[in-house]
Amino acid sequence: MSILINKETKLIVQGITGGQGQFHTAQMIDYGTKVVAGVTPGKGGMEVLGVPVFDTVKEAKEATGANTSVIYVPAPFAADGIIEAVDAELDLVVCITEGIPVMDMMRVKNYMVGKKTRLIGPNCPGIISPDECKVGILPARIHKKGHIGVVSRSGTLTYEAVDQLTKNGLGQSSAVGIGGDPIKGTGFIDVLKMFKDDPETYAVVLIGEIGGSGEEDAAEWIKENMKNKPVAAFITGRTAPAGKRMGHAGAIISGGKGTAAGKVATLEACGVKVAPTPDRIGETLIEAIKEAGIYDKCLIK
Amino acid sequence: MKIHEYQAKELFAAYGVTTQEGFVAHTKEEAVECAKKLSDKAYVVKAQVHCGGRGKAGGVKLAHSLSEVEDAAGKILGMRIINRQTGAEGKLVRKVLVTGAINIKKEYYLSLAVDNENASVIIIASGAGGTEIEEIAATKPELIVKQLVSPMMGLRDYEARYVAKKIGIPKENVKEFIAMLKNMYRLFIEKDCSLVEINPLVETEEGKLVAIDGKVNFDDNALFRHSDIAELRDIDEENPKEYEAGKHDLNYVSLDGSIGCMVNGAGLAMATMDIIHAFGGEPANFLDVGGTATTERVTAAFKILSDPSVKAILVNIFGGIVKCDVIAEGIVIAAREVGLNVPLIVRLDGTNVEKGKSILKESGLKIYACDDLRSAAKKAVEMAH
Repeated sequence: MSILINKETKLIVQGITGGQGQFHTAQMIDYGTKVVAGVTPGKGGMEVLGVPVFDTVKEAKEATGANTSVIYVPAPFAADGIIEAVDAELDLVVCITEGIPVMDMMRVKNYMVGKKTRLIGPNCPGIISPDECKVGILPARIHKKGHIGVVSRSGTLTYEAVDQLTKNGLGQSSAVGIGGDPIKGTGFIDVLKMFKDDPETYAVVLIGEIGGSGEEDAAEWIKENMKNKPVAAFITGRTAPAGKRMGHAGAIISGGKGTAAGKVATLEACGVKVAPTPDRIGETLIEAIKEAGIYDKCLIK
Repeated sequence: MKIHEYQAKELFAAYGVTTQEGFVAHTKEEAVECAKKLSDKAYVVKAQVHCGGRGKAGGVKLAHSLSEVEDAAGKILGMRIINRQTGAEGKLVRKVLVTGAINIKKEYYLSLAVDNENASVIIIASGAGGTEIEEIAATKPELIVKQLVSPMMGLRDYEARYVAKKIGIPKENVKEFIAMLKNMYRLFIEKDCSLVEINPLVETEEGKLVAIDGKVNFDDNALFRHSDIAELRDIDEENPKEYEAGKHDLNYVSLDGSIGCMVNGAGLAMATMDIIHAFGGEPANFLDVGGTATTERVTAAFKILSDPSVKAILVNIFGGIVKCDVIAEGIVIAAREVGLNVPLIVRLDGTNVEKGKSILKESGLKIYACDDLRSAAKKAVEMAH
């Protein structure tokens, strides 16, 4: 089992005719993802990599029965792309696009309240359920099917974490990049809930960073709800100066809030093991699953 | 993006937020000419720099005559404002704003910002204006009023009225306050601001509300749709290296250490700084070359990293989809072009990693290739000492 995406996922690529869109569509098809349609306004009727292109998400959904979309549309048009997917009533939209104006995301987030669609991202690497489906830009080769759930605010740091797991013989049920923007579709707790309910996920790795209070909120939630599934974490940005935005729009310490030290302390107080340095994410998870007596169960056979 | 107080006040005026008349001067002679244009009897000369705490640093002076204006401008122009916002090197004052002095009866704090958790605009206000909001929050948190505003509905009159009552705006000024706040809100939304702040908002002896200071910050990601705002950018106020990096789409932040870092991805870049620190070293910078590190970007990054304070350079690329051989070629070309005179430690992982490593080896350059983040960070710290 896996969360969010699996073998049944039928994917629309929004922005399929662009450079990024084409490149990653090829990669996703190669991994076995069922890419059933592409959408680029004005390019309906074309074919890209054997995938039919439509002018609108609604048409693409009606023609193919798609339930998920991934967005590679440039930032000025990305909010529109998300809203279009929401209005087409897809189950899931994954927005890879970086640099969407905050005001746009504020409106998108409010518009989505009460709607059927779940949004992952924006500014995220996407989701992978190893051996089943990949939606986004994650490098497939480092992932192995298994029982560790991964949820992260960062892209390449997620790869680093996954790589350490795989090299230690620990596969993943799903890896989810929730994105580095301050206003995003899905937070840590939503993903943790899914991992909690997924019988094939035995333990979780959470990768957080400075800024906001998502990690602290997740820590409190884990304490109450994840009693049977150990969680290991890493928080990046311990050495980041206050008031400086560290790449991600959401990664900024302001008014003394959102520091790495505060997040680590809260996680530890809630029973989450936190890796002291980024090279020890795998080791820290191993400690946690050994303590829980499930190490052997987690190993890739 | 930040702008100067005088630019913020120009926006206020355009949006119907009452502020004072004022003029900008680059020399003390110009400052006197500015003062002559004002009908006031006393003047305030204010340093125009992108940081707060100007008053405490001596960057704001009251003047009672034209000669005092000249004297004040002479002292402020060319001074460096140094405080915790500016870092050790401080901010050089290149221009001053000359305004009339106002008879202050009471000071308020009023701002609009984004509340990320609630995906809303938030009004933050206080009856204890004049000092930094962080200070009010720390000493008298009960004096801070917060009001969320739905971006779908916009600011409602009752919300503004609630804020007015809570911070003690006199009854006769409430209408004026509501209009002012609604105009601030319109500015905030229309120009994609991340902050619109008036501190202090002053109730004058004459019974009027006037913004005597103004701070407006903008969402960089939205500048593409506001060319008028993008023009307000003052490059003199920015770190030259950070500005140069920005031109190449590199995310760069200057730090004080000796190990230059070049990493793909913001999270991994921060993690690389953290591990350097954990092993006893100090990073010289945060640098994210982005998900698609091209030769052009890698070269630009190398140039920015080349600094006398940098004793070693650590490149940490987790290739993912990017091919390591392409990165390795970029590193070799860049290192040759820039002229590498400090140890270069490279950790490459991803597609075609073996090919990438052999390119580094065959280049003849003094490059230490490492297999993982831990050994690379250890090596970099060792070489920088």
